[in-house]
Amino acid sequence: MTNSHKILTLTVHSSTKHLSEVRDFIGDYVKTLGLPQREISEIQLAVDEAYTNIIKHAYKNIPSNLVKVEIGASSTHLCISIYDKGESFKPNQYKAPDILKRVKNKQRGGMGVFLIQKLMDQVQYSRKGTMNEIRMIKNL
Amino acid sequence: MKNFNIANRQIDHISILEISGELDAHTASHLENSLQELIASKHIHIIVNCKLLDYIASAGLGVFMAYIEDVRSMGGDIKLSNMNDRVFNVFDLLGFPTLYDILEDERDAIKAF
Repeated sequence: MTNSHKILTLTVHSSTKHLSEVRDFIGDYVKTLGLPQREISEIQLAVDEAYTNIIKHAYKNIPSNLVKVEIGASSTHLCISIYDKGESFKPNQYKAPDILKRVKNKQRGGMGVFLIQKLMDQVQYSRKGTMNEIRMIKNL
Repeated sequence: MKNFNIANRQIDHISILEISGELDAHTASHLENSLQELIASKHIHIIVNCKLLDYIASAGLGVFMAYIEDVRSMGGDIKLSNMNDRVFNVFDLLGFPTLYDILEDERDAIKAF
């Protein structure tokens, strides 16, 4: 098994001050897979958006809570899971944002889920007991 | 902020914000404060030069979304310039190029006012 197939985890508090640390963790791993820089940036962005949503919506900006990021790869897939114990996201209640309408109404936000779906090949949300998981898969 | 900075310049009536580093949910408030200060002092012809911007997340785009209508209703605009391909890609994924004036170079943005 090559080094890139190892599963690595990073646990951080739910604070935006750890965003760059999480992006670097993902970037360092994905670079070992030999992906082009644009794809590396897109995967980092998807994880950034998912983690930001957990901080803001699952944990309501309370920084003492923990978020676990797990990354692993096979020869065909990259798999990233992010775990939290906050309020769960309900994908069936999510509507894709109408950006023009939002600009007119001076609303912001709501774009993260849309970006994650655009950037990754599969996105699954689940809850086991008190633990939420967002699993994001990129085909390699 | 360690990984995000803003330098402010003025060319005639145009205010130029040179942003550098990483614009995410942590650093977005820094840009927001700068835009608020400009708008409060009636500087409404704004160019955000992204030449040294390495990264943007949706929280960064949200700052532009929040202020562009105010600035335009006052007769000004927020124009964006000098984006690298990765940053432009994020704007493009969200359909921003149809809503915002995104120009290749700061000089083009100045001429566009």
